[in-house]
Amino acid sequence: MDELIAALLRGLWTTVQATFGAFALACVLGLIFAMLRRVRIKWIAVPIAWLIEFIRTTPLVVQAVFMWMALPRLIGMPLPALTVGILALGLHYSTYLSEVYRSGIEGVPRGQWEAAVALNFSPAQKWLRIILPQAIPPVLPVMGNYLIVMFKEVPVLMAITLGEMLLAANSYIASTFADGIVPYSLVALFFLAVSYPSSLLVRLMERRLNRQRGA
Amino acid sequence: MTLQLLLYGTLLAAVLSFVFGLARLSRFAAVRGTASVLVELIRGTSLIVQLFWIYYALPHLGIELPKLPAAVIAIGVNYGAYGSEIVRSAILAVPKGQREAAIALNFNSYQRMRYIIVPQALLRMLPPFGNLQVELLKGTALAYFIGLGEVFYRTMTQLNYYLYLLVPIFAGLLVIYFALSQLVLLFYRWAERRLAAGRM
Repeated sequence: MDELIAALLRGLWTTVQATFGAFALACVLGLIFAMLRRVRIKWIAVPIAWLIEFIRTTPLVVQAVFMWMALPRLIGMPLPALTVGILALGLHYSTYLSEVYRSGIEGVPRGQWEAAVALNFSPAQKWLRIILPQAIPPVLPVMGNYLIVMFKEVPVLMAITLGEMLLAANSYIASTFADGIVPYSLVALFFLAVSYPSSLLVRLMERRLNRQRGA
Repeated sequence: MTLQLLLYGTLLAAVLSFVFGLARLSRFAAVRGTASVLVELIRGTSLIVQLFWIYYALPHLGIELPKLPAAVIAIGVNYGAYGSEIVRSAILAVPKGQREAAIALNFNSYQRMRYIIVPQALLRMLPPFGNLQVELLKGTALAYFIGLGEVFYRTMTQLNYYLYLLVPIFAGLLVIYFALSQLVLLFYRWAERRLAAGRM
């Protein structure tokens, strides 16, 4: 039993690493996708929109296994499961986050854009000083929710041998011939123990933000 | 097999969405509380963990399910919990006056739901349900983990013989999922137009 819990805690640590690594990647890539979609040049914006749609509507597990098998061949050296897992999970959810950014950016009032033009701001100044500081805070709770969703998606990466909790439970069952009830229930409990309090935190953040905006 | 999973999973998820969604709006605190706790439990753990639990843990409690029903139940219950949120918020979004009008016309609570509230809420539910069903379609690939012969599992079992075709095979597989997703979304857009006709 102690052994099982120790193995699950190690799995939890891997899960947390994968979650935050992938979330960081998704935040950056998502913003890049969101900006590229806004580009006025059609042959950039349209293919990007389709690419986002394609990644978003196909299963993460298939993408992850594909990358797991194809990437090492492509670059000619083996990659650790955690790296491929972070890449796959991050890429998949960057498409969701790009939508989140988009709604945030579209929520910035027109007058703000016009003000940036009127003040003769460069594009970089416009985005960094005016648009993004107003676009991102309102969508922070949605981003928080995606962080939790990503956390719960990590066990899918056991398909590429990432040593997260479900895989840890599996190896424990295989080596001790124990039945699955306790290990799998514990995995579920661990997930619940992290994701439920986190979702309460996100709700709290949402309420705070609404109050600030006087809604 | 993927299509079977999609169909049965969607049916079960749709039924459970309404059951949970309506239960969470129930007059009785006990019904409301039970439904909320269940939904939080399901949403707090992941689909893949639930699938493993149903397929690998339940047999030890004496409930042995074949692969397809196990996958359908896991998928249906999981997405049903998410769907219940859609049903609940769509019903809450129906203007209060509609409810009051139904009461004024002496409709009982069943008639009120059936003829006044749900038809209006349904239109609001369609777009989020379309997105949820794409998520469900993606979720069917997880049945691979219990060895159900859906399209991803079949691909993986054949892959060893055709490793040199790795890229085209996976590209084709992804395109299949993409095409199915687009079909699902098209269907929902069509249904939305049908339902909105003559109303808005």
